[in-house]
Amino acid sequence: MTTETLKKTPLYNWHAANGGRMVDFTGWSMPVQYTSIIDEHNATRNAVGLFDVSHMARFRFDGANALEFIDGLVTRKVADLKPGRIRYGLVCKEDGGILDDILTYHLQDGDGKSYTWMVVNAGNREKIAAWINARLPDDVKFTDCTEQTAMIAVQGPRAMAISQNLVEGDIAELKYYQGREATILSHPGLVSRTGYTGEDGVELTVPAENAIAVWEALHVAAAEVGGHAVGLGARDTLRLEAAMPLYGHELSEEITPLQAGLGFAMSWDHEFIGKAALEAIDKDSLPVRVGLAMQDRRVPREHYPLYSGDEQIGEVTSGSQSPTLAAPIAIGYVSRQYAAEGTMIDVDVRGKRHAAKVVPLPFYKRK
Amino acid sequence: MSTDNLLFAKTHEWVKVEESDGAKIATVGISSHAIEALNDLVYLELPEVGKEVTAGESFGEIESVKAVSDIYAPVTGEVLEANTALPDNLDSLHEDAYDNGWIAKIKISDDSALSDLMDKAAYDKMCEEEG
Repeated sequence: MTTETLKKTPLYNWHAANGGRMVDFTGWSMPVQYTSIIDEHNATRNAVGLFDVSHMARFRFDGANALEFIDGLVTRKVADLKPGRIRYGLVCKEDGGILDDILTYHLQDGDGKSYTWMVVNAGNREKIAAWINARLPDDVKFTDCTEQTAMIAVQGPRAMAISQNLVEGDIAELKYYQGREATILSHPGLVSRTGYTGEDGVELTVPAENAIAVWEALHVAAAEVGGHAVGLGARDTLRLEAAMPLYGHELSEEITPLQAGLGFAMSWDHEFIGKAALEAIDKDSLPVRVGLAMQDRRVPREHYPLYSGDEQIGEVTSGSQSPTLAAPIAIGYVSRQYAAEGTMIDVDVRGKRHAAKVVPLPFYKRK
Repeated sequence: MSTDNLLFAKTHEWVKVEESDGAKIATVGISSHAIEALNDLVYLELPEVGKEVTAGESFGEIESVKAVSDIYAPVTGEVLEANTALPDNLDSLHEDAYDNGWIAKIKISDDSALSDLMDKAAYDKMCEEEG
């Protein structure tokens, strides 16, 4: 794909003008880093990081039955979501394979009228839109708002403080996994509190034309406390330390939620696509998602095979040097008998075996 | 160190050739350009002393947070010495790629590969074109 055909977020010009090293990420031109992955990672852990997540798809559903409709598409019950609440869930195929991991929001407009909002992985936008459109009831209106809006994630111990100045009303009143409409720099938008780094923080969703003004205001405030704009490189090391699964790595159409360690995202007391297949699977036969700590300095990477003796028992799905731990770590899938904490296995690093230990997830948890 | 007398491989290694007792010894490292592109360095695997290496073939590995890259031998010969202090001081490569940043010294057994290497000006031009 050439650069001309890549999609650009409303913040593209800022990234390009401020040292962002731009790469193709699922068809979007996105910054992988501005200065250094380690610097950006540490800025987020110690102060605040700003993330352009505008490439993620944002869908809106209007109509009294919107939440009930989404309820049938996701593993997690959402029909009972109270206004202002957000829930993580998985969209599965009939055979139980994961089409995407998504967030469902129950929001209210200024008149108190409910609507449903959904955030979907950038690379799965068309697939999930088609999945929805093929099943959309007549009384639910579906709108893809991705390109009319921008989404900025502000993450880190100083995230709430620097965001508060831009948003009307007390954002500290929002609890984790809550969101609401908000006036952001005098314009309408959404504020939510989810996050993908293991830190506290908020996401500000604003009309595309206001994106640069909001980003620049955040950037000035972040710089004052030692914060930084953060690219995809550090976003990946942050979420890896927090052991949050990434679609295309830990999650795919070939993986079911049963093996991904996402039991919390399953509600068996409602009907959803894939439920029957998932109930029929013998869970013990599936590989399990585990954390791995290398015993030397070699960095495990995606697709490196995992061995016990001469037997291949799985593979790495994500791996990197952990900037916080200053040690190499990985997430992978292994056969269930090798998944117990403390089990020693081998990672094949480019033809040579290196010892790794199965360790509890997440690798990092904020105090 | 001045880069005037260095030669460069397309794969971003630098080479300094010196004569010693009638033998040609190549000191080899990684260019500043490549070090900056790799950025956050976390691991270096040196070649083993005594190993016979072949020009164009991998003889070491360097890892950044983001990726692992091969280091290719720019000449053919025997590894005489490896810079064992370097793996513990990878950050120093950012300031000192062409001096204390050397990786290995190779006794050249066949100098035909030297003609494939570029001078600094040609190498800089290649990097510029690569973007």
